[in-house]
Amino acid sequence: MYVAVKGGERAIENAHAWLAEERRGDPAVPELSVAQIRAQMALAVNRVMAEGSLYDPDLAALAIKQARGDLIEAVFLIRAYRTTLPRFGSSRPVETADMRCDRRISATFKDAPGGQVLGPTFDYTHRLLDFKLAAEGEVPPAPRADTQPGAVPHITDFLNRDGLIQTEEPSNAAPPDLTRQPLEFPANRALRLQALTRGDEGFVLGLAYSTQRGYARNHAFVGELRIGRVPVEMEVPELGFTIQIGEVELTECETVNQFAGSKTEPAQFTRGYGLVFGQTERKAISMALVDRALRWRELGEDDLGAPAQDEEFVLSHCDNIQATGFLEHIKLPHYVDFQSELELVRRLRAEAAAGKEAAE
Amino acid sequence: MDRKDWMGLLARAPADLLDRLWRGVNMAPAFRWLRAPEVGGVMVQGRAGGTGAPFNLGEMTVTRCALVLEGGAVGHAYVQGRDKRQAEQAALVDALMQGPEAGHLRAAVLEPLLAEVQARAGLRAAKAAATKVEFFTLVRGDD
Repeated sequence: MYVAVKGGERAIENAHAWLAEERRGDPAVPELSVAQIRAQMALAVNRVMAEGSLYDPDLAALAIKQARGDLIEAVFLIRAYRTTLPRFGSSRPVETADMRCDRRISATFKDAPGGQVLGPTFDYTHRLLDFKLAAEGEVPPAPRADTQPGAVPHITDFLNRDGLIQTEEPSNAAPPDLTRQPLEFPANRALRLQALTRGDEGFVLGLAYSTQRGYARNHAFVGELRIGRVPVEMEVPELGFTIQIGEVELTECETVNQFAGSKTEPAQFTRGYGLVFGQTERKAISMALVDRALRWRELGEDDLGAPAQDEEFVLSHCDNIQATGFLEHIKLPHYVDFQSELELVRRLRAEAAAGKEAAE
Repeated sequence: MDRKDWMGLLARAPADLLDRLWRGVNMAPAFRWLRAPEVGGVMVQGRAGGTGAPFNLGEMTVTRCALVLEGGAVGHAYVQGRDKRQAEQAALVDALMQGPEAGHLRAAVLEPLLAEVQARAGLRAAKAAATKVEFFTLVRGDD
């Protein structure tokens, strides 16, 4: 319990004034603009959009500036802003098969139709600091090549054609929304995917890694990873038809996992799925691994007691705003709580001392 | 380009470009708001496994408005982001596209807008194509 404490107003005001000054830093150094953050810190912007659960790169860049680069604080600002927005409706589910891909790779098929497209990746860089970036300079334009028309089908499509992988049954069931109703267990897959896509990247990464190290291992291959833009469409009631309301950049990861099968059903690969706002591939791969681990019950697997299989553990702790809110509140005044504990310890000590004296 | 197409184009158009093209046509039609521009969120859905059951991915910001011209044509706009001026200009174009100015607006606003959106997408696609891996098989010795 904490009680209202009066008397700190001036100290708080001055602390915030100093915060603003520290945020600005040395006035001799040019100030960062929101546009610069948006363009040049794009992956931080993407993370804040994904975990803030709001696709708006300008707002995410502003939040990063305001939070002095503390990304969880920036996510907090975005979540708080999000709650002020009226909800106009829900989109149609996005068609990731129609994605205009900047990147598209498969670790399972070398000759995937549509090809392996690396995109603007850190992969195959040497991870050596590039001191040229410390100086200002022009960047040569990226090479271009002719594009080949033709669809870029999902890799799992052709595995599915031969029945080698479990089918994702299409449905139009309205999904639960954890921003509207509190989490309840057991959660269905739609609710788990929503929690994971907005979950903390570090937490989801750690759990995904735990499955690779043997805590409910499920032998994941990255069947496909794709990054690009998809149109977002919504049915507008006053118009009576569906229109495109914009487009979002997404990262999608489909894993192909160890098979399930039995005496009656032939062996089949299973799937994990990750879909995240922005170019966020570490998060999307992590999400797919954790999604797969959480599906143990519906796939008829054993509960091995691994953390990544425990949906209550995973979903209740993956949200970094809930986590940081509860964690950080313990630094706020708890004077009355602590006073009562202090008195209790003093009384116990006094009683113990009195008992000892009486015995002697 | 039908109404659905131009509304979608106006929704995703770069706001600064729409503003420049709209100013270029030099029209200031009288109108009345049916719904003044307001900023809100739309919940974007995905599908499990890309093709399965829908789930909620997260929201995106959208600005919408509706207006009626003096002649009675109603214009609607739902545009991505929080730019109320873009929404107003999009709704005006939508309303005017239903009247005699349609041909002029199509040539002066919609077609340049579409060309720019396609050029930007084409440029990204060309850069992506340059990063496509061309596998070749190493020839082993006689065996």
